[in-house]
Amino acid sequence: MSKLFAKPKSMKDAATHYCPGCGHGLIHRLICEVIDEMDIREEVIAIAPVGCAVLAYDYWDFDTMEAPHGRTPAVATGVKRVLPDRLVFTYQGDGDLAAIGTAEIIHAGNRGENISVIFVNNGVYGMTGGQMAPTTLLGQRTATSQFTRRAEKEGFPLKIMEMMAILPAVVYLERTSVHSPKEIMKTKRAIRKSFDMQLNKKGFSMVEVLSPCPTYWGLDPIKSMKRIEEEVIKEYPLGVIKENR
Amino acid sequence: MTIKYLSTGNEACGEGAVRAGCRFYAGYPITPQNELTAYMSRRMEEEGGVFIQAESELAAINMVLGASAAGSRVFTSSSSPGVSLKQEGISYMAGCELPAVIANVMRGGPGLGNIDAAQGDYFQATKGGGHGDYRLLVLAPASVQEMFDFTYEAFSLADKYRNPVMILADGMIGQMMEPLEFKENIKPAGIIDKPWAMTGAKARKAQSIKSLVLGEGLLEKHNEHLQGKYALMGKKEVKTELYNTEGAEVMLVAYGLASRVARSCIDSLRKNGVKVGLVRPITLWPFPYKELSNFAKKGVKFLVVEMSAGQMLEDVRLTVQDDEKVSFLGHTGGGIPTEEEITLKIEQIRKR
Repeated sequence: MSKLFAKPKSMKDAATHYCPGCGHGLIHRLICEVIDEMDIREEVIAIAPVGCAVLAYDYWDFDTMEAPHGRTPAVATGVKRVLPDRLVFTYQGDGDLAAIGTAEIIHAGNRGENISVIFVNNGVYGMTGGQMAPTTLLGQRTATSQFTRRAEKEGFPLKIMEMMAILPAVVYLERTSVHSPKEIMKTKRAIRKSFDMQLNKKGFSMVEVLSPCPTYWGLDPIKSMKRIEEEVIKEYPLGVIKENR
Repeated sequence: MTIKYLSTGNEACGEGAVRAGCRFYAGYPITPQNELTAYMSRRMEEEGGVFIQAESELAAINMVLGASAAGSRVFTSSSSPGVSLKQEGISYMAGCELPAVIANVMRGGPGLGNIDAAQGDYFQATKGGGHGDYRLLVLAPASVQEMFDFTYEAFSLADKYRNPVMILADGMIGQMMEPLEFKENIKPAGIIDKPWAMTGAKARKAQSIKSLVLGEGLLEKHNEHLQGKYALMGKKEVKTELYNTEGAEVMLVAYGLASRVARSCIDSLRKNGVKVGLVRPITLWPFPYKELSNFAKKGVKFLVVEMSAGQMLEDVRLTVQDDEKVSFLGHTGGGIPTEEEITLKIEQIRKR
């Protein structure tokens, strides 16, 4: 009997620590599917962040490093400059990339480092207990915005992709989501495109994936997916933000 | 064939790195080490290496972390405030067991301080510096030649122990010019395989480089392993220079620039029959406890001379275990002890 659905080869046979309904496991898997399809498992070096995905090395069956919080693109820069023929990608949450690592992501992009960035935006700090992130929506209650996020006190949700778009050396930016099978397939295609561009030495590319955090959104998994569809994508519109051909 | 030319200490440090096979440098501008960053921007390109002017010291040390993980011989340099910023990455590299060479061309502190030569970062360099239980091998050059020699050697030590090594110099050693000499065909030493490096999981299992160690008791095991390495360094890597220590009644203890002033002071005093000598730690960590303690047992009195408020002083006191026998002369904020001051202090100690 042939198996119709199995774990990707580049994914370890391990149960993840992620909460029920979390998007990380899904996005991990999409990356592994792309790597299998491209047959590049032996060429990959992944840089994991500090945050919920810090344990990615327990799930990915390829070389994986863990960077200090937010310095992920700097670490990737070091690896890629020494090994320009390997596929180097960072996997970062919104705390890692949009708060503490803002300088590193902008300058890696501005230098046109030939790396791929998978930016998982769930609008909240998961690992530390649901604190406000730069990407938290206005009106969203978190552990550190107890009276909800208000523009006049906490500022507006930070749109990193739109900021990155003005940098000439950034060649590809796409925002996707995992709230429906269709969007999941689009996410996978975007990851594939980013990896292809890197192997073709096109330069810096980044895929932002809107992802649910049922635990700290206080919603069940299905309502979390609905929230992305009905609220989150209004603030963070999906689609290709930039593509240099 | 020997190459000989006049060089600044900063540039000698850079050339030492190049000759040791360093092919990756990332740094950020800060005085008084800017000649070194500029030098590396030229030399890395000439040698087919990588030079990156990073957006911050934080980024620079993490680029170095990544390049080291990829198996390259890596180098970064800075001065006091910049080295404070690098502590995050240094702690992670110690935890990940990644080799790197870091030069700190010290300036006056605390805070932004000034840009004069100082030795106020001894504690930071030798006691860990960042968070967690770790140590760096710390080499303290006292001349332009040693900036080259020690940096060259530092790369072998870093690879041997899979641990960051620090070159602790100061603004004067960095910026002054002296003759520099080395063999034209000098080759990188101590090159070893790095099977732990991130190169892609080809013909081997996937591996990871990380400092996160979860699971009951596992982090303590990891720490015990690190402490084992540090103990080995303490046994094997201590380096000290003894100058005129024979029959000395008063022993100066000084490193780097301060040791040069101490040395000329000793030369003058010895001419007048005053029995003074110098113990110059070359490795500040591991500190030469044993060497000093041998002199202490002979009843020698010590005068510690530093360009700080007394930092190495604590290690000397710890060794001698008799505060009556240990005196101190220091300047902070860029002040340099003079021969006259040291001579006067020695006279006072001898009369006691």
